[in-house]
Amino acid sequence: MTRMTFAEATRRALAEEMRRDPLVWALGEDLVQGGIFGQYKGLAEEFGPERIVSTPISESTIMGAGLGAALCGTRPVIEMRIADFTLCAMDELVSQIAKVRYMFGGQGRAALVVRMPQGMWRNSAAQHSQCLEAWLTHIPGLVVAAPGTPADAAGLLKAAIRSDDPVVLMEPKNLWTAEGEVPEEVAPIPFGVARRAAEGDAVTVVTWSAMVPVVEQGARESGIGCDVFDLRSLWPWDEAAVLASVRRTGRLLVVHEAVTVSGFGAEVVARVLEAVGPSGLRAAERLGAPRAPVPFSPPLEEAIRITPARVAEAIRRIAAT
Amino acid sequence: MSNETARRMAMLRDMARIRAFEREAVAAMRSGEAPGVVHPSIGQEAVAVGVCGNLRRADRITSTHRGHGHAIAKGADARAMMLELHGRAGGSCGGKGGSMHIADFAVGMLGANGVVGAGIPIACGAAQAIRLRKEEAIVACFFGDGAVNRGPFLEGMNWAALYRLPVLFVCEDNGFAAFTRNSAVTAGAGPAARAEACGVPASAVDGEDVLAVDAVAAELVARIRAGQGPQFLHARCYRWEGHTGTDAAAYRPAEEAAAARGRDCIRRLAALLEQAGVAPGEIAVVEAEAAAEMAAHRAAALAAPWPPPEAAFSDVQDTGAPA
Ligand SMILES: Cc1ncc(C[n+]2csc(CCOP(=O)(O)OP(=O)(O)O)c2C)c(N)n1
Repeated sequence: MTRMTFAEATRRALAEEMRRDPLVWALGEDLVQGGIFGQYKGLAEEFGPERIVSTPISESTIMGAGLGAALCGTRPVIEMRIADFTLCAMDELVSQIAKVRYMFGGQGRAALVVRMPQGMWRNSAAQHSQCLEAWLTHIPGLVVAAPGTPADAAGLLKAAIRSDDPVVLMEPKNLWTAEGEVPEEVAPIPFGVARRAAEGDAVTVVTWSAMVPVVEQGARESGIGCDVFDLRSLWPWDEAAVLASVRRTGRLLVVHEAVTVSGFGAEVVARVLEAVGPSGLRAAERLGAPRAPVPFSPPLEEAIRITPARVAEAIRRIAAT
Repeated sequence: MSNETARRMAMLRDMARIRAFEREAVAAMRSGEAPGVVHPSIGQEAVAVGVCGNLRRADRITSTHRGHGHAIAKGADARAMMLELHGRAGGSCGGKGGSMHIADFAVGMLGANGVVGAGIPIACGAAQAIRLRKEEAIVACFFGDGAVNRGPFLEGMNWAALYRLPVLFVCEDNGFAAFTRNSAVTAGAGPAARAEACGVPASAVDGEDVLAVDAVAAELVARIRAGQGPQFLHARCYRWEGHTGTDAAAYRPAEEAAAARGRDCIRRLAALLEQAGVAPGEIAVVEAEAAAEMAAHRAAALAAPWPPPEAAFSDVQDTGAPA
């Protein structure tokens, strides 16, 4: 194990995949300069400008060209800079990439990765802070992953690159410089397998991405025995692990940074309720952002931020139900 | 002082105010007093001032992430802007927007924008509204050289030409799109040729010469007001600072930035004014006043109260507002 940041862990994982497979390449703005979070640093020097491609500010073509390149036998890593800019390429992602295999009767596949760092980061305000994972879990054809630790980010990136399905990787912007233990040899992490971050019998807590460290701390502070799951991937997601836990605890809290309304937490709660029935679920709650854009000013950001204290409070509330 | 000299002194003052504002903004970002990111336009002031000097209050502008200069030149309240980028109550947007989203609708400043190229379609629609309401006004749409590689640029050029809209498109070509030299990611004969291909007549200008920008903008604005449809101005300039206030711009040779500093639009105009008989002391006073004004705004921003937390939930929407 080595301690390293998110940026470094994913940089290494990508470099290893590019060494392993000469058809893996990356495209996006400022990649030759190392990407805006340093997650591509040094890769242009090693792999050259044909495989680490700095593109124009042309999101729809970055995404669409990635698809064309995948249909013709390469494995592109499409870098969107931040998730918000994916909105400039939604047709290419939702109506082209996600549909191409199905619509053409399986003749071709979009074996590609779309990286879109998301969430609040340094008072970036409304157009640079959005969490849009629920938009994409809603789209048939896409695999969606949202890692919360450097090791998982590296392992999921490897799995994404090797996947024959299109995979959207939503890396937490706020954690690029956060450190964690990463194995010397990072193995691909299968999609749909949660990581159990804490064990307990009182409340099942489900989370992902930037909320992982916040929930881990909040669960500790709550003083209540929590079964904490970092889903790591949202589609597919580890229903089996969560259901087994809720069958023991009867209590469920889902925490995500995205707006609560129509967030992926709604899907988790609904599935659990369908599976265990009303008698199997004594309490369920979602903790997410209010249905408001992300404001700029620090005290306003604070007003919508999910903190360990708020997580602990929600856990205690549910445990007392 | 002749009318012409007085007008030039006003341009000098506006450029000095923009520079002083941004020096304070960059310092505030570096110290952490201004949260988030500041994109300075230091060195590019002549474009904003030369264009906006030909606009009236009723005219509208759309701007970019590097928009402080456009806003100040259009007459936006600099104190409210400074409060905004400190996230304070009384800021242009009540602290909700920050540097990248400054807007001052009272003076026709329809907003800086965090999304490259996003102002182009908005400018087209603003021009359509002006026509529909039979207003005597035009729109100036500022964007960077990086924006010409986005789809909305092509769509907007065609749109404006098709409907002969009263829009002045101003491409501020500072050579860089974030950390990448724009020539490395832009093919063909450049922004002006692209505009012309869509039927928008284009002119080019030395964007570090405020008198040149002023002269060509006057001509283009006159054409637009006369109903001749959209015009395009390609203004070549140089971004003295990094992409943001904390980017050291290691991806470009230091001599290049030093050479640009040698072409300083403020010093060039000051030299001409001195030749026209303005005492150097008078120019120094203008610059000192600008510096003092912006320092005072920064001090005011630091002393200003934060917005109340509940402001995070206001102005979302009326129907179905957050509880
Ligand atoms: C659609 C979109 N893609 C990417 C970005 C990230 N970004 C912010 S500024 C910038 C460079 C813009 O270059 P240019 O238009 O030339 O303006 P300049 O920064 O030089 O003023 C980039 C890529 C963005 N804001 N919007």
